[in-house]
Amino acid sequence: MIFQTILLIALGILMLSILANMYRVVKGPSGADRVQALDSIGINMIASIAAYSVLFHTHAFFDLILLIGILSFIGTIAFARFIERGVVIERKR
Amino acid sequence: MATFYIFMFLPFFSALLVPFLYKYLNRQIHTGWFVLLAPLSILIYLLQYIPSIAAGETYKFTLSWIPTLGIDITTYVDGLALLFGLLISGVGALVIVYSIFYMSKGREALHHFYVYLLLFMGAMLGLVFSDHLLVLYGFWELTSVSSFLLIAYWYERKSSRQGALKAMLITVIGGFGMLAGFIMLIMMGDTYSIREIIAQVDVIQQHSLFIPAMLCILLGAFTKSAQFPFGIWLPDAMEAPTPVSSYLHSATMVKAGIYLVARMTPIFGGSSVWFWLVAGVGIITLLYGSLSALRQTDLKALLAYSTISQLGLIMSLLGVGSLAVYFGPGEQGTVFTVATFAALFHLFNHSTFKGSLFMVVGIIDHETGKRDVRYLGGLMQVMPITFTIAMIGAFSMAGLPPFNGFLSKEMFFGAVTELAHVSTFGLESIGILFPIIAWVASIFTFVYCMIFVFKTFGGKYHPEKLTRKVHEASLGMLFAPMVLGLLVVLIFFFPNVLGKYILAPALTSVLPMMPVTAYDLKISAWHGFNMELLMTIGVVVIGFLLFKSAKRWVRVIRNYPQELTLTHLYNIALPAMEKGAASLTNRYMTGSLRHYLSYIFSFFVMLLLGSLLLLYGIQFDFSNNASISLFDVGLVLVMIIAALTVLFTNHRVVAIVALGAVGYMVSMFFVIFRAPDLALTQMVVETVTTVLFLLCFYHLPKLKKDIERIPFKLTNLIISLAVGLTVTILALSANGHKLFEPITSFFENAFELAGAKNIVNAILVDFRGFDTMLEISVLAIAGLGVYVLIHQRSKRREHDETE
Repeated sequence: MIFQTILLIALGILMLSILANMYRVVKGPSGADRVQALDSIGINMIASIAAYSVLFHTHAFFDLILLIGILSFIGTIAFARFIERGVVIERKR
Repeated sequence: MATFYIFMFLPFFSALLVPFLYKYLNRQIHTGWFVLLAPLSILIYLLQYIPSIAAGETYKFTLSWIPTLGIDITTYVDGLALLFGLLISGVGALVIVYSIFYMSKGREALHHFYVYLLLFMGAMLGLVFSDHLLVLYGFWELTSVSSFLLIAYWYERKSSRQGALKAMLITVIGGFGMLAGFIMLIMMGDTYSIREIIAQVDVIQQHSLFIPAMLCILLGAFTKSAQFPFGIWLPDAMEAPTPVSSYLHSATMVKAGIYLVARMTPIFGGSSVWFWLVAGVGIITLLYGSLSALRQTDLKALLAYSTISQLGLIMSLLGVGSLAVYFGPGEQGTVFTVATFAALFHLFNHSTFKGSLFMVVGIIDHETGKRDVRYLGGLMQVMPITFTIAMIGAFSMAGLPPFNGFLSKEMFFGAVTELAHVSTFGLESIGILFPIIAWVASIFTFVYCMIFVFKTFGGKYHPEKLTRKVHEASLGMLFAPMVLGLLVVLIFFFPNVLGKYILAPALTSVLPMMPVTAYDLKISAWHGFNMELLMTIGVVVIGFLLFKSAKRWVRVIRNYPQELTLTHLYNIALPAMEKGAASLTNRYMTGSLRHYLSYIFSFFVMLLLGSLLLLYGIQFDFSNNASISLFDVGLVLVMIIAALTVLFTNHRVVAIVALGAVGYMVSMFFVIFRAPDLALTQMVVETVTTVLFLLCFYHLPKLKKDIERIPFKLTNLIISLAVGLTVTILALSANGHKLFEPITSFFENAFELAGAKNIVNAILVDFRGFDTMLEISVLAIAGLGVYVLIHQRSKRREHDETE
């Protein structure tokens, strides 16, 4: 019971963190700030999914946790390349 | 029975053969000689019916066509149908003889001409013999189509094409109205047969559809028979070859409307609306046609207007004759029976003299190269036979003795003067107008007949105005008008033969309720010094004076402003309609995708919200809903913020990032609602989409890259809010109402049924694998499409570079 309460509190904090990140996405003066915030939202999602998995007593979402790890990385790299060079995939000539 | 159908469809069979005959035999023999066999054999076959029909017999034949729908080619041979059948085949035979000499063997496309002509003949025969309303309509339209083809026979001329188009438009509109009227009749009588509808006329007259059906059928009859104000197509149809004008536009097709009115008289006659429409429109047409004919200098146009005028005369006589149905057998009824008899008599007479007159004009045109009265004159000595025929025809048309037009005109005057004594249908006040209009119109008729004869054949001969050396036409060409001219004279001297054998049975079919003996005597009563004769003398005297002084007043009529004619109205109405339609279409078909989307969404909202409101569909029921946790609220808040950011941002990268956030949150919701597979897929798709967006963003043209925020538009805001509201209401209303238990319990046995522990995957590949297969093909198509688009573009670029 106490463990559950702790998990719920953790979820609440994670949600606040996502909201805070959202503030950065909206406000963020530069594109890089926003991409950073999106990446951070992904990390927060990983954490909340883990918390949920414990709460639901299931391991069905473990794949998702790994996937978000990869995809959030790829997405951030893509944005980074875009901001840096203007292109996501460069053509070999 | 089979013989009858063989002869009825003979024109169609011959039409099939004509191109072969033309191709293989035209070098030696004019194709027309073969074609002539068809109407001749029909005429001879139909002549056999005269004695039995005159004895009061009728024949009914049925050829099964679509028995399950009750559509059979039912034919009914009675006096009226036989009268028309004889006219069609008889005048048809003569016109073909004439056309053999008129249409050149070498220069003209005879195989077209005779195919169209035979099609028309067959259609016309089918029309008059049909007892089945829908089959009648079919033949009716076939006459319109074949007439269209014949008018535009010289299709390389602009005026021919325009005339054909005009005739087609007007007659087909009328025909369509007629079809509607027929369908109403069929609904009222619950039968397709005209016979059976006539049998239950009492029921039909009480029906609420009686008047609409009558109006629709009359529209068809008036457009076909060139009645006011639909007559404008007939003068333009004069662009057709003269044999066509002679056959279709004087003797047969334009009488189809007359036939229809006569056929429907037992059903609609006796009603005041019918009387006023048929008699009123007829008499107006009579006056309008005879006045307009005076303005014409082209002989064919003059004859066209005179046809309109004479058709109006016949129509008004039929209208007056319908009073006989109202009065029934008795003295007053008998008087108006004579009017119907006069209509049929004049119908026959008009076919004879107008057919010959058209042929005369054709001869003049053929020999002199001109058919304008201003160039012609003094042809009397050069073409004496033509002159004689023209004189017979024109004097008959003017109503002079000793020609048949005199008799029918006397009977016409007799009928309209009777109207002054009638005290029903409001005739007591304006019934006197009928004889006056008829008399005035007859004077004009007399004048244009005289103009026709004496401006063409009288006066001085001007060879310098003519392009050709004028001489008398060949005997072959003169044969047909001579036969018709002879008929004109013969009918005057022996009207009773025609009356007894052909017209009396026709009268019985128009007015089946009248006893035969009552008018038997009247047929021969054409002599005597009476009111009618005085009127005729008046017509001749005043007409002669008017003709003599024509130079003074004819200018007044000729200078009648072109802007006020019905033709002008048609000419401006047609482009105006096109322009109106174009501007209407251009107003809403803007080519802008945004406008179309706003139409689609507005209709979506109107339809769904409207039906939700009208059908009381808005009922919320939250009792079965799950509880909402604080975490869910937070996620929704994040989604709302992200969505609003997409709307209000002025930078594209921000929009993409915000969209990514929305996608991530959706994935999060899939987690909360325990859908691991969906959450996985959603994550991957979201990331790929984001990368794709970035790709697209790079390729946007330079100019628009620094786009500002989305411009604000109030209508867009209203539509988008309305759509959101509608969908929300719909979803909430639908959620509370489950009509039946979901079938998810079946899929819970996935392991036993499909050997799968993952239900979602089992549904995708086992239970509903078909959907998955097609979705895979959608992806394949999309991939191929993308490849093709890119490949084509790069290929084109290479192509451009090499240039």
